[in-house]
Amino acid sequence: MSGSADRLSRLLNLVPYLLSRPGIAVAEAAGDLGVTERQLRDDLELLWVCGLPGYGPGDLIDMALDGDRVTITYDAGIDRPLRLTRDEALALVVALRLLAETPGVGHRDAIERALAKIESAAGDEAGPPVTVRLPGDPDRLGALRGAVERRCALRITYYTAARDVTTDRVVDPMRVLVVGDRAYLEAWCRRAEAVRLFRVDRIDAFAELAEVAAPPSRARPTDVRDGVFHATPDQPLITLRVSRGARWITEYYPCEEVRDEPGEHWLVSLRASDLGWARRLVLGLGPDVTVVGPPELIETVGAEARTALAGYEEPVGC
Amino acid sequence: MSRSRTERLVNLVICLLSTRRFLTAAQIAATVPGYEHDPDDPRDHEAFQRKFERDKAELRDLGVPLETGTASVFDTEPGYRIAPGEYALPDIHLEPDEAAAVGIAARTWQHAGLAAAASSALAKLRAAGIDVDRQATLGVEPVVRVDPAFEPLTGAVRDRQAVTFDYRTPSDDQPTTRRLQPWGVVCWRGRWYVVGHDLGRDAPRCFRLSRVVGDVRRVGAPAAYEPPDVDLISYVARWSGPRERTCRATVLVAEGRGAGIRRYAEQVVPGEDGDRVVLKYADAEGLAAWLVGYGADVVVLDPPEVRDFVVKRLHEIAAVHPVAQQEVRA
Repeated sequence: MSGSADRLSRLLNLVPYLLSRPGIAVAEAAGDLGVTERQLRDDLELLWVCGLPGYGPGDLIDMALDGDRVTITYDAGIDRPLRLTRDEALALVVALRLLAETPGVGHRDAIERALAKIESAAGDEAGPPVTVRLPGDPDRLGALRGAVERRCALRITYYTAARDVTTDRVVDPMRVLVVGDRAYLEAWCRRAEAVRLFRVDRIDAFAELAEVAAPPSRARPTDVRDGVFHATPDQPLITLRVSRGARWITEYYPCEEVRDEPGEHWLVSLRASDLGWARRLVLGLGPDVTVVGPPELIETVGAEARTALAGYEEPVGC
Repeated sequence: MSRSRTERLVNLVICLLSTRRFLTAAQIAATVPGYEHDPDDPRDHEAFQRKFERDKAELRDLGVPLETGTASVFDTEPGYRIAPGEYALPDIHLEPDEAAAVGIAARTWQHAGLAAAASSALAKLRAAGIDVDRQATLGVEPVVRVDPAFEPLTGAVRDRQAVTFDYRTPSDDQPTTRRLQPWGVVCWRGRWYVVGHDLGRDAPRCFRLSRVVGDVRRVGAPAAYEPPDVDLISYVARWSGPRERTCRATVLVAEGRGAGIRRYAEQVVPGEDGDRVVLKYADAEGLAAWLVGYGADVVVLDPPEVRDFVVKRLHEIAAVHPVAQQEVRA
């Protein structure tokens, strides 16, 4: 929407907004509407010269300005906001459905009541053709949410896939997120002394401690708008030649580059959290993937496979 | 938009809301400030007509329901009015916890278009007298990203109009062009799909939105079909259901290693040469591929089927990742 259309819709909203809040402070209204006080006063001045045909004193929108407070005394017929457009109804209704479907979410009852009311107010534009189902274990997420709400520190047993280790650590929970197909606990990790996103399906056990969660003031929520995994240049860039059967990795892992090669192969470059993780990835993908670089990875993959094979030439247990 | 144009448009809305009769362009010009012109001067009149057309388009873009009709059977010129009942958001009252939920919902979108639509919807709710708490949280927040195809596809479903698009899965070498009567859009396990009747295959199909290449184009007439009343999730979920794990394998895991394997252990028996770990599985080849990822930390003891798959894969991997030249023993 253009800036000018923004102003027109803002003006059409402004009269009913003020009408329902007689005597509101101009500064408060400006803050609520997301405009500067000066802009709001300018809007009020413009409305003052608008009104019903005739455009005489009794026809124009009128308001009482008492110091910093404003009250609409005549609305010229625009006493209600414009109904929701199709896109507006879609954005709110689908988001409420997503909230209602989020496993472990709090206040589900309020979400469902709000959804019913918004759908009813949206009238013909309600019922966008969108169905949602989000993954996750509602009891588990509910329990973790409880810890966040009660501000309880947690002891968690966490599996770190990047290093293939399970560790115990104490964390100060901050929030629970569902991003794409996964749920995360965001918390201050006292071990790492940093904010970490813990995949809920990798928290093997957790217990509330009798301690208050106290993330330090420098603990900031992670920006997850572009996803949870943020590759950094210090992470090793690995390049793999991938045949048809493993091309799915380009949808699963964030890739830096994917190039078609002659035949069925793709040349895929991605950042690995470390080479140990990359080795497990490549071994797990098996013959559909060949490492192109870096040379250390080619070597470690080959060496690991040969060492593993040696294990099968030994007599195996009894 | 200039201040004078904004003023003119506000006056136009108020004028058309207040009239019950349809007003012709000439009547509007004679009434609403800003449309003054000489109807007898062809150039001036034409300028007015262009201005009025632009203004009508602007109002329609905002969602103002402009009605067109004639005031009487003798009128030849079309007239305009806005029915207040069509214009206004119906009465809506939200309890504080409901308003908080709406505020949180509006923050869910990470997609610019939907985020803008959500915030203009919130502005209208505020104008209806609802106070929305911007700070409220629900403890668990979904972060939702949609693919570019989301908006054109939901629009096409509502207009019941077929679409065509190029589609490429990772196993395809080239995109294929599909024609679809879309029935609905589904979010399943965090991914977006469209389900509909594939006109090329003459069968129901679902497509992942992230695999749509380029634009979604509409084809044919609107209201061309009626989506069946079916559970769309079931079309998508059918391809993703997990298999029941009924078989058991025993693997030897080096002490203190293979944490990822131990997490799925049904039983762990420590021994001198490592821990014997029992795993349940559904597909021998799938289990083998997963175990190979753990390299020398794991040796499959049983069943032979899994063991053979693992050995075969390890040979294949070793063959294409040769020992570096300088390390070849003399």
